[in-house]
Amino acid sequence: MKSTEEILAMIQAALPAAHVELVLNPSPSAQHSLRVAPADAFAVASFLRESVELALDYCSNVTGVDWPDKEITEKVKVTQLVDGEEKVVEETVKRIEPGCLEAVYHLYSMRRAHEAIAGPVVLRMRTVNRTDQVQLPSLTFVWRAAEFQEREIFDLFGIVFTGHPDLRRILMWDEFEDHPMRRDYVDPDDYEYEPTPHDEVLKRAEAQSKSAGVTA
Amino acid sequence: MLGEGMLKGLAETAKNFAGSFVSKDRLTTVQYPEERAPVIENTRDFPFLVYDGADDASDEAKLAGLRCVACQICEKECPPKCIYIVKSTDKKPDYVGKPQIYPARFDIDISVCMSCQICVEVCPFEAIKMDTEFELSTTDRFGGLLYDREQLARSNQHYHKIHPTEAAEVDARLAEEKAKSEAKAKAAAEAAALKAAAAAAPKPVVPAAIEQKEPTA
Amino acid sequence: MSTADMKVYRPPVIDIIEEGDELLEVAMGPHHPSTHGVFRMDVALDGERVIRLKPVFGYLHRNHEKIAEKASYLAAMPYTDRLDYFCSLTNNWAYALAVEKLAGLEVPERAEYIRVITAELTRIQNHASSIGFLMQEMGASGTPLMYAFRERERILDLFEELTGSRMMCNYMRFGGCRVELPTGWLAKAQTIVDGLPKFIDEIEALLTGNEILMARCQGMGILKPDLAINAGVTGPMLRATGVNYDLRKVDHYGIYDRFKFRVPLGDHGDIFDRYMIRVLEMRESVTILHQAIKDIPAGPIMDPKSKIRGFRPKPGEAYGRIEAPKGELGFYLISDGSGNPYRYRVRPPSLINLTILEDMCLGHNVADVVLIFGSVDIVLGEVDR
Repeated sequence: MKSTEEILAMIQAALPAAHVELVLNPSPSAQHSLRVAPADAFAVASFLRESVELALDYCSNVTGVDWPDKEITEKVKVTQLVDGEEKVVEETVKRIEPGCLEAVYHLYSMRRAHEAIAGPVVLRMRTVNRTDQVQLPSLTFVWRAAEFQEREIFDLFGIVFTGHPDLRRILMWDEFEDHPMRRDYVDPDDYEYEPTPHDEVLKRAEAQSKSAGVTA
Repeated sequence: MLGEGMLKGLAETAKNFAGSFVSKDRLTTVQYPEERAPVIENTRDFPFLVYDGADDASDEAKLAGLRCVACQICEKECPPKCIYIVKSTDKKPDYVGKPQIYPARFDIDISVCMSCQICVEVCPFEAIKMDTEFELSTTDRFGGLLYDREQLARSNQHYHKIHPTEAAEVDARLAEEKAKSEAKAKAAAEAAALKAAAAAAPKPVVPAAIEQKEPTA
Repeated sequence: MSTADMKVYRPPVIDIIEEGDELLEVAMGPHHPSTHGVFRMDVALDGERVIRLKPVFGYLHRNHEKIAEKASYLAAMPYTDRLDYFCSLTNNWAYALAVEKLAGLEVPERAEYIRVITAELTRIQNHASSIGFLMQEMGASGTPLMYAFRERERILDLFEELTGSRMMCNYMRFGGCRVELPTGWLAKAQTIVDGLPKFIDEIEALLTGNEILMARCQGMGILKPDLAINAGVTGPMLRATGVNYDLRKVDHYGIYDRFKFRVPLGDHGDIFDRYMIRVLEMRESVTILHQAIKDIPAGPIMDPKSKIRGFRPKPGEAYGRIEAPKGELGFYLISDGSGNPYRYRVRPPSLINLTILEDMCLGHNVADVVLIFGSVDIVLGEVDR
């Protein structure tokens, strides 16, 4: 198995125009990944699958990750004119780092599975933002395994995979509007079925114990 | 010959059918409730609160003997969030004699509980354990399945009866801790006597000792 | 080979419907007795022939991933039991493996052996009951399933003795296992394992040579190896097509490279091959179990570095996968350094194995669809999550 750096070098040699960067993973698993510009994703994915040396013909896992907008508070040193004199003043600046949605593909090789212990080759791509530019190219035609999994990401995260042959909701019902796996998703409180949440039970229990003359 | 495989299969079923009259091994059905399967020691279904005291203690004695100190770790860790605890405002001495708060309210909604035993694992005070009682059906799905501390309290004796091996280990561990804390308290008292500072209270030892414990349930 | 003429595996498109064709649209399910739970297939029929089949999921959807992201790492463990409720111990293992990769925990040798023993027992009882369900779907109502369940019962009793619960075991922990084996457990396990070959012989005598089974299974629902690879099909389904891909051999996770066992492969990729692969895998599992029970060493069962309370892995991500009875079960975790996973993803083998359900069913009779579907061996708890 080649290291992620070597794979990156191979991609750059074969597809010099493609924008691919290495994303390091600091955890002990050391599964580093390659971030691909969405425009080049199809070419890069096809190369990875068809390359004789890599033969990443098996796409194991496809999933989405939500990175919401982050508010970052920073202390910035600014030179200001105070009473006609230049001074370095510290200012707290709040800026919003725009969030994005990310699709992650874990690739393995089945044809060359027994030649070496293969860690996953992780391919990621990011949308421009989380609201209106959420399109990513579908890789279903490279790996059919992505068909249902991309539908699931569309359903739960709201990434629109352009070129997907059958992009419908898969787990939620068709009329459902939100994307429940997003970090900022709020559960609706108007479920149609009869709820049995714990609060309700507690309320009744409290009423009961009150009527029985027991106080907590 | 066509049909040979089928005949072979039929012979197998015939063997099983006839065998079920003579071989206990082939007849695995148990006629519940007249017959019952043997009780398995590690079985778990719903949690109960352990109290130190006799099986037939009065309600007050049960509550007084509860090991729970209302630390709320189980409430936080419970995967389906079925535990509800209200801390007391006053304190009472625990099994090592240290004043501790106690649960003024401890409810488990067993209609939500999924019998995962996480509460037992995270409890640092050996206060909550799993019961083996499974015939708990009730006609009232709200109040009937919401157990309060009185209903949850079971004696240590009961715990010994249902999980003998585990309970013996727990008791040994608690006795060791108690001995340790008593020794420490004694040493502290002696030191305090030497210093003639009567206000010196023993340092809390229980949580520190627990952190190093093996996480066997 | 250039990527321009690369082979593309498109999902089937309905282009055989012509004007004047009388189509019958049938919604099979969600309460059809022979589907493995609440699952629906929207089938279009031309006479008896299936010309379109769209699976509909989500009746059992509970957003398992979101629940786990809101809970602590430990609190997600009992929820994994409920994914594929037939194989809770392998689910536990896959999740524990992913977290161990994420946090860099080592598993003691004894715990690895216990994991192998429990996982292989799980595999046997899963394959036995999946064969039973397959026969149920063929119309062999009861008998094979009850024989399988009789054996499964013994294995579940073993699980109960060890973990406290028959199906929702919640047994493995990050860096080991929860409790030590009870005294006499290994001897009991040995007796049950010794009895298993007899049971497998019995199932084979009952079924393998049966003419009805052969007539209905052979050449039915054929899956080609290149499509199977491309569609990410794993487990017995994949090996029935002849692709030698068993994670126990490929990933060497746990301690599987210490055991001698073979990977059975099919050559037609039809339902009968899938059935035979399951039977043969049970036999191989028995040999693994014999070796594991013989070799299990004494020692600790938990990594001392592992913490039960306040477990916070360093930021990073990890993908861990194992060969579950139904295929490759993977867990993908992203940690942001807090007590609960930032992203928790299950790669469900059942769902992904269904990708090619339509490809396998097209052109077959509607009665065979049920059989083809049954041979995939899915559990809806895992498909819908």
